[in-house]
Amino acid sequence: MSTNNGETINVTVKVWRQDGPSDKGHFETYEQPVTTDASFLEMLDLLNESLNEQGGEPIVFESDCREGICGTCGVMINGRAHGPQKATATCQLHMREFKDGDEIVVEPFRAAGFPVIRDLAVDRSPLDRIIEAGGYISVNTGAASDANLTPVPKDAADKAFDAAACIGCGACVAACPNSAAQLFTSAKIGHLALLPQGQAERWSRTENMVEVMEEFFGSCTNHGECHEACPKEISLDFIAFMNRDYVKAKVKNRALSGQA
Amino acid sequence: MNEITLDSKVPEGPISDKWENHKFSMNLVNPNNKRKFEIIVVGTGLAGASAAASLGELGYRVKAFTYHDTPRRAHSIAAQGGINGAKNYTNDGDSVHRLFYDTVKGGDFRSREANVHRLAEVSANIIDQATAQGVPFARDYGGLLDNRSFGGAQVSRTFYARGQTGQQLLIGAYSALMRQVGAGSVELHTRSELLDVVTKDGQACGIVVRDLLSGEVTSHSAHAVVLATGGYGNVYFLSTNAMMCNVTAAWRAHRKGAFFANPCYTQIHPTCIPASDDFQSKLTLMSESLRNDGRIWVPNNEGESRSAAEIPESERDYYLERKYPAFGNLVPRDVASRNAKTVVDEGRGVGPLANGVYLDFSAAIERDGLDTISAKYGNLFDMYQRITGENPYQTPMRIYPAIHYTMGGLWVDYHLMTTVPGLYSIGESNFSDHGANRLGASALMQGLADGYFVLPYTIGDGLAGRLGEPVVPTSDPVFTEAVAAIESDTQRWLATNGTKSVDYYHRELGRIVWDNIGMERNKAGLEQTLSDIPALREDFLKNVRVPGSANTLNQSLEKAGRVDDFFELAELMARDALTRDESCGGHFRVEYQTPEGEAQRDDENFAHVAAWEWNGRGNAQTRHREELTFDNVALSQRSYK
Repeated sequence: MSTNNGETINVTVKVWRQDGPSDKGHFETYEQPVTTDASFLEMLDLLNESLNEQGGEPIVFESDCREGICGTCGVMINGRAHGPQKATATCQLHMREFKDGDEIVVEPFRAAGFPVIRDLAVDRSPLDRIIEAGGYISVNTGAASDANLTPVPKDAADKAFDAAACIGCGACVAACPNSAAQLFTSAKIGHLALLPQGQAERWSRTENMVEVMEEFFGSCTNHGECHEACPKEISLDFIAFMNRDYVKAKVKNRALSGQA
Repeated sequence: MNEITLDSKVPEGPISDKWENHKFSMNLVNPNNKRKFEIIVVGTGLAGASAAASLGELGYRVKAFTYHDTPRRAHSIAAQGGINGAKNYTNDGDSVHRLFYDTVKGGDFRSREANVHRLAEVSANIIDQATAQGVPFARDYGGLLDNRSFGGAQVSRTFYARGQTGQQLLIGAYSALMRQVGAGSVELHTRSELLDVVTKDGQACGIVVRDLLSGEVTSHSAHAVVLATGGYGNVYFLSTNAMMCNVTAAWRAHRKGAFFANPCYTQIHPTCIPASDDFQSKLTLMSESLRNDGRIWVPNNEGESRSAAEIPESERDYYLERKYPAFGNLVPRDVASRNAKTVVDEGRGVGPLANGVYLDFSAAIERDGLDTISAKYGNLFDMYQRITGENPYQTPMRIYPAIHYTMGGLWVDYHLMTTVPGLYSIGESNFSDHGANRLGASALMQGLADGYFVLPYTIGDGLAGRLGEPVVPTSDPVFTEAVAAIESDTQRWLATNGTKSVDYYHRELGRIVWDNIGMERNKAGLEQTLSDIPALREDFLKNVRVPGSANTLNQSLEKAGRVDDFFELAELMARDALTRDESCGGHFRVEYQTPEGEAQRDDENFAHVAAWEWNGRGNAQTRHREELTFDNVALSQRSYK
């Protein structure tokens, strides 16, 4: 009584294998039958099962929640970060997006700021360095006033949420020809700068975060690929917002420090 | 081994004054002396991140450990619905006492009253703290915070951020943590997995971790160790937990003397998407709110082969509406879940694997229109379609219950300290506040209550008398021996060289646990389980294949240790379920039910916490008890007819 497809297809999977950060790396090709109800990562699970049975080493890839919210997963699929389906993280992609006989090229996120650890796993810790530089509101535990003391206009709260939806997967960086992290950084800056609670540190936060971002990542040249790849469809408007705030921050921070 | 009576250290006095008075009577560490104490926090979900950040702010020297690449990945992030807080912003009669009452009753009278009251007291502070951090909770048009109602409560006290409340609260706690990392008060160790808790003279003195990238095993000492390592739902293999969630940290603490409490208390969520294949890796939860408009049914006939649309009304069994006319499709989680299991076991399940029941929106769409239903549930319908390839506007959803939370965990006293002095456990990893059943929107509340507002006070009381005491150096034999034992374990895994993968055994174990210690338990099944699990484990130890080497990112090796711990836990779950000769909350023994099919408690003999003491590998644990008293909420029996 199945109403779903559930058909079995055969795909050729060309996977990047790299033993460690200093290994050169190469592609390996595998054939894998799979039902179209399986997720893309379950297809890789199956492939790993058979590699294990044959005495090989499984392909290293990362995932955790498999519900599209934790941001752990993420690979390039046929040259696209998180693959062909819009607004979908790798773990939410299903094999019904592919056809029998398809060749699927699977690579790690490629960016200078994200060195490869092994096979498809990369090091995205520079994103934490950006947050550490100011991606917070300084309020010690216990120091908060009643939550309803400061009304927040509903549209500001909603807009802030749109930015805060970022899952920190790094697809924006991987999709960018310059490996820039503007979409990620601007999402965090926008989230906090749109709220009344975030005003006290607005200018120092923006300047600090942008400058740490530039230590690790390339420059934005407005391609918009980041937005296309983003599983949460974070708007490019936040980048414009961040750029405006950054210029203002430069002026204001100088003035605040008595240099103007 | 003699049974000992556990001292919960609950303070004297009326329930509403206990915490307030206790805060005054606890010993304090002078602000300038806090920097002389080192604290290790393991896990950086809501409980761990909030604790590490708060302790860092207070001036303690904190080391935080996570096996993720960044603290923001912890599975707290996947919580959808919301967080309870006794704010009474809706003016509908909520209060600290009502939240306390609902939680004790919802827990089927198997939680500790004093802890639950404290949880309710600090719940409002959590909402304030999160809002100040910039958590974008839903607001009304006046700009004030919005609330919704949730199961098990008759007031609206749930704060939410779209369907991503856990994500937003975790980002708040994570940002507070990263602020302390930047300030140098917290040293963050990512991709580091706890493999042992180290004790000296019975006192916790540190941990041993493996760097998941280099494989290096290192020791870390501290004056106190805090475990915030989540629940053990993945013992079932298929659950709504994230892939890496495991019991290893709590279990290894158990092997070092921490008692494990109520392991048989596990919670099933009734509305998850059923497995589509044998190789399915995890289950996805669909919000319970769908039961407000969906009608649940299965075909009358076993082995029905027609599609839903082809089955006439007269051949459908809306079994919840039939059996529970008053509550219908809105019976509580456990009742809805058990009934789904019954009809599927009868051979009336639907879908390609006959492993689900229909949740049908056609009547609601006809009544309210497609637009109304889409406005309410559009994102859930989209998610369902993405996963199953089926359009729930046209064909009924298929759902089935799945494990998603574990109420059992490390036994802790009122200070959240385990039976090992200096070792604390917070959040889902402890057993403390939910009794035998957790209410919706209470997991986030408990994790953050423990981390922000309870542990930072109670840990000081334990440290105050130890001023000037140095940490145990990592060169001490207690550390070097623990490291050597882990390294030899690693070599044993790599040398086993069998044929089957770790996942194969995990899946097989999960099947046994789900079938026998899942939604329903019975004596014969549990006894059988107690021989099946060790037999499978023996096969696992002999025939597993762990490829690769020790000094690199090796996911099979990581999983081998975790699954091994699940084997031991599963056995204890069976023993716990077998010795609890009653039904309560998530623990349903078929022998003990009311004529209406509800859980039949035995308050005379089982109004206690079962806390198990490790006696070494190969020996059964000893069962100890903490008696529970209900002085403020009268014991009563649930009914939903």
